Amino acid sequence: MYGGGQVFDSSSVNNELLKDEDPQKLAEFEARIERGEKIEPNDWMPKLYRKQLVRMIEQHGHSEIIGALPEGTWITRAPGFKRKLALMAKVQDEVGHAQLLYGAAETLGKSREQMIEDLITGKSKYSNIFNYPTFTWADSCFISWLVDAGAIVNQLANARGSYGPYCRALDRICAEESFHLKYGHHCVIHLATGTPKQREMMQEAVNRWWAPMMHFFGPSDKMSTHTQILTKWKVKMATNDECRQQFLDMYVPKIWELGLTIPDENLKKNKETGEWEFTEPDWEEFKRVINGDGPCNKERLAVRRTAEERGAWVRRALTAKTKGEEYVAPLA
Amino acid sequence: MTEEALKDLLYKIADDLLILGHRNSEWTGVGPLLEEDIAFSSMAQDKVGQSLAFYDLLHQLGEQEPDTVAFTRNAEQFHNSQFVELPIGEYDFSLIRHFLYDHADYIRFSMLAECPIEEVAQIARKLKGEIKYHVMHANTWIKQLASANEEAHDRLQNSLNEALPYALGMFEPSKFENAIVEAGVYPGEQAVEDQWKENIAIVLEEAGLNLPKWNTLEPVFGGRYGTHTKHLQPLVEEMSEVFRVDPTADW
Ligand SMILES: [Fe+2]
Ligand SMILES: [Fe+2]
Ligand SMILES: [Fe+2]
Repeated sequence: MYGGGQVFDSSSVNNELLKDEDPQKLAEFEARIERGEKIEPNDWMPKLYRKQLVRMIEQHGHSEIIGALPEGTWITRAPGFKRKLALMAKVQDEVGHAQLLYGAAETLGKSREQMIEDLITGKSKYSNIFNYPTFTWADSCFISWLVDAGAIVNQLANARGSYGPYCRALDRICAEESFHLKYGHHCVIHLATGTPKQREMMQEAVNRWWAPMMHFFGPSDKMSTHTQILTKWKVKMATNDECRQQFLDMYVPKIWELGLTIPDENLKKNKETGEWEFTEPDWEEFKRVINGDGPCNKERLAVRRTAEERGAWVRRALTAKTKGEEYVAPLA
Repeated sequence: MTEEALKDLLYKIADDLLILGHRNSEWTGVGPLLEEDIAFSSMAQDKVGQSLAFYDLLHQLGEQEPDTVAFTRNAEQFHNSQFVELPIGEYDFSLIRHFLYDHADYIRFSMLAECPIEEVAQIARKLKGEIKYHVMHANTWIKQLASANEEAHDRLQNSLNEALPYALGMFEPSKFENAIVEAGVYPGEQAVEDQWKENIAIVLEEAGLNLPKWNTLEPVFGGRYGTHTKHLQPLVEEMSEVFRVDPTADW
């Protein structure tokens, strides 16, 4: 699970960091990427590259672990064995994704403990969409199908990036995400074609989640600048608008097919340009939520913080055991 | 032995598995570390899946659909021990419960694997393999944490003391106990309990945890007859919250 938008705000790309890089090493590095080679943990890399990757992979990891919460609360309420077992497995996968991603970020020199610390103190972000509540079972179905679908669009793009450990983690993650999407799609089909009550639940969920879903891919390309170098380094593989367009193209017809409506009168595909047109999302709301003032930001972080506090004694016991042994960065 | 006796046995096994699996799934996303989060979730899935195997068998014996049985009964219709319905508490309690429960289940399933009723034996043989891993997981963690530092040791000791009377409730004899033992379905709960006491003592000793004298403990009975703590009804309501919106709907 991961929304690309917040990762690349232009202020984070500080070209100052590039000034004192060795020009020859930089040129070699860029030539390798140009040739399609993967960069590995012990290879030389510019500081800016390292910094951006840590930031991106870490935020992706946070999105997985925070993303486990809005769906996780429905495990104990899932209707019937089949759904209960599938949702348990799905959310477990998301936690597993966090583990994989933190491992990939650790290869760049930031420890998991530090990343989690930055998450719970609010220093580091996660996908905006998880700051919205799952009121009903249908909300959790929307996430499983469509938010995971959006994540796949992002992740498939990123899997072609230049950093080896991240690409390998994403390959595994994408394989699992496609199961999540299938599960979510089945759940939504059952609701959308079910009893009047079920259909109503599903439509209400679509109405609630459409705006956050449009925000999911991040601000329009017109608004974000200075990412050329990240594109050149294959850190950023597709623009926000490209991802959003791809998502709309793949999923709007499927949503309509189920007899569900989408709460945007202007949403349509322009036959001439082949592009989807829609009402401009409310980017002020996006900014407000990403900066901490969404309906669930406080609750999500509080849950995570409590989990960390309650589990602290276990981690203390484990480190007491391994005292004296040197920290070993994971192989990725 | 009557079919009623067999169903009673299957129900109590299935209900234990479902309720404990449900409880342990509450750790998903909030475990003490990611690795344990994943492990608990995986074992919770096994438990719920195992319960389904028994509800399926009950369905073949004429009981209602597994979903109906699991998602529409009230607390007093469940035959699980009170032990499994207690809230997850802190991780030390959940770990101790997992340890005490899985040791018992492993013994019970090993015995049932020899059951003359082939359908039961088949399930038991299959599930024994899964439970073996759960037992190994519990043993490893108990030993590792209890010997790590005083804090962890004391937490586990306190949780053990708290859990044991409830754990003994797992072996509460059912009203069909004699008939089941006489029919040779399995050697019965007393036999499971005796073996269980031996097995857990070995691990607890290695872990440096103290086992109180058994005769000082009062088992918490009632669950096998539908008497439960105040914690079960809310659990059951939560579990069936969506299902009950329309039990005839296809979810
Ligand atoms: Fe996800
Ligand atoms: Fe994921
Ligand atoms: Fe997913």
